[in-house]
Amino acid sequence: MIVGPDNYVALSAVLFLIGVVGVIARRNPLIMLMSIELLFNAANLALVAYARSWVMNTGHIFVFLVITVAAAEAAIGLAIVVVTFRRSQHVDVDEVAALRG
Amino acid sequence: MIAFWILALVLIASAVFTVTAAKPVYSVVGLLVNFIALAAMYLTLQAEFLAVIQIVVYSGAILILFVFVIALLSSGTRPFEVGPDKAPRIVIPAVVLALLTLAGLTVTALHTHTAVVLAPSTGGAAGDAGAFGSIANFGTALFTTNLLPFEVTAFILMVAVIGVVLIAGDVAPGEGAPPRRKRRANTREPIVKDTLVR
Repeated sequence: MIVGPDNYVALSAVLFLIGVVGVIARRNPLIMLMSIELLFNAANLALVAYARSWVMNTGHIFVFLVITVAAAEAAIGLAIVVVTFRRSQHVDVDEVAALRG
Repeated sequence: MIAFWILALVLIASAVFTVTAAKPVYSVVGLLVNFIALAAMYLTLQAEFLAVIQIVVYSGAILILFVFVIALLSSGTRPFEVGPDKAPRIVIPAVVLALLTLAGLTVTALHTHTAVVLAPSTGGAAGDAGAFGSIANFGTALFTTNLLPFEVTAFILMVAVIGVVLIAGDVAPGEGAPPRRKRRANTREPIVKDTLVR
């Protein structure tokens, strides 16, 4: 069975689905952040698959930028988790309601 | 060909384990397997440089950051998380929303025009300098055509570093306490440790 770009994109969609379920259903912010990393990786896989399909490395450049943004996002998200933990001594996204309108 | 199916199985299994793990440390282990399998998957797509970047940045830097934060947060005696996950009452809408996302992605993928079979890469065999996906090819594209996005990347990283220092630093903005006293007031048992050290 020949593996084409469609297989890679389908796999990317499945990984994205798992990440979406993780972000929505978990309430531990660390696991939510890791699920967001799963989402980034799913998007990256689709970009690399399409880049290989057209034999153009623009998709590779885009993945490079996405990885950079993912690193920045993880750093800032974890900093927010640390600050939240300092204030309330436990980490639960449902308890963080100080900015609720 | 067989590599794709094995790696796809590993990717899906590790992703499911990451999402459903009871403790964040187990999630980190699942995520590590996921990142390494994805790097191997990049190799099957001839993205050699991205495979290296994936291992160095993701499983090297980001995961270590997660592990450090987990070690920092769970070093106390208090429970890490209060109450059970909200899985029972929200897993149905989560799955529905995820399936809608999958449907949208599938429709999008079916309506884009891609080659059915992966085209043979140009510019020589894999591993040659200048071949598709090689470091020379990637670097040339990054530093000529895409120089401005690359520099914007540096700016993004700088802003992120400043933001992290402002958010999690000793003196939070708006709180005028000196760093020394504030640290004592915020940690749980620092005074005992200080007397022990001195």
